[in-house]
Amino acid sequence: MKVKLLYFAVLRDIAGKRDDVLDLPDGTRAADVWRRLRDEHRELRDYAQPPMTAINESYADADEVLRDGDELVFIPPVAGG
Amino acid sequence: MTTMSFFTQESIDTAALARSVVRPSDGASIVFEGIVRNHSEGKSVQSIDYEAYLPMAEKEMAAVVDDVRAAYPDVAVAVVHRLGHLVIGDASIAIVCASPHRAEAFAACREVIDRIKKSVPIWKKERGPDGEEWVGWQCKHD
Repeated sequence: MKVKLLYFAVLRDIAGKRDDVLDLPDGTRAADVWRRLRDEHRELRDYAQPPMTAINESYADADEVLRDGDELVFIPPVAGG
Repeated sequence: MTTMSFFTQESIDTAALARSVVRPSDGASIVFEGIVRNHSEGKSVQSIDYEAYLPMAEKEMAAVVDDVRAAYPDVAVAVVHRLGHLVIGDASIAIVCASPHRAEAFAACREVIDRIKKSVPIWKKERGPDGEEWVGWQCKHD
């Protein structure tokens, strides 16, 4: 299945890009994608758990199983206001 | 209001926002502006870049406003958050809460800003003579 991953703020700086389309096996959870990111980027190695997670523009549990066509965003600590 | 955007790249016209909210029955209008200050955690700040995950940020902002309106039915609420490059003294957010009496307007305004700071996907990068930093990231979140 294909999942679109968007990067914002510090994660965009670390990843060096705005988005990715990931080809993932069925049953993949958001937290699995985070672990994969963490393995790719040494800046994330201290972050065992993902920050807040959003799937299809709503906050979601990192253990949620992804579906084909989902848009996944890891939300770094928010700082509005 | 919830069909309009809560975000702008332009300088915020707080007075116009207040005029758009206040009704003849209102006796209180609480205006809150968050402004860019020249220091943060002991470091000098020269500017801040704000960004948001826009479609989701619009929805989360609408959820905050809807919840506060439900909790304070007499209060009219308006919010605008600025994005992009801001310098010292610029307003990053303006919130207006108007109501027949002041107590509910103060309480509603406080709740709007507190909830935005917790839940709306907005980020800021502070820039200063010592470098630049995404606010909140240096604190380990797990």
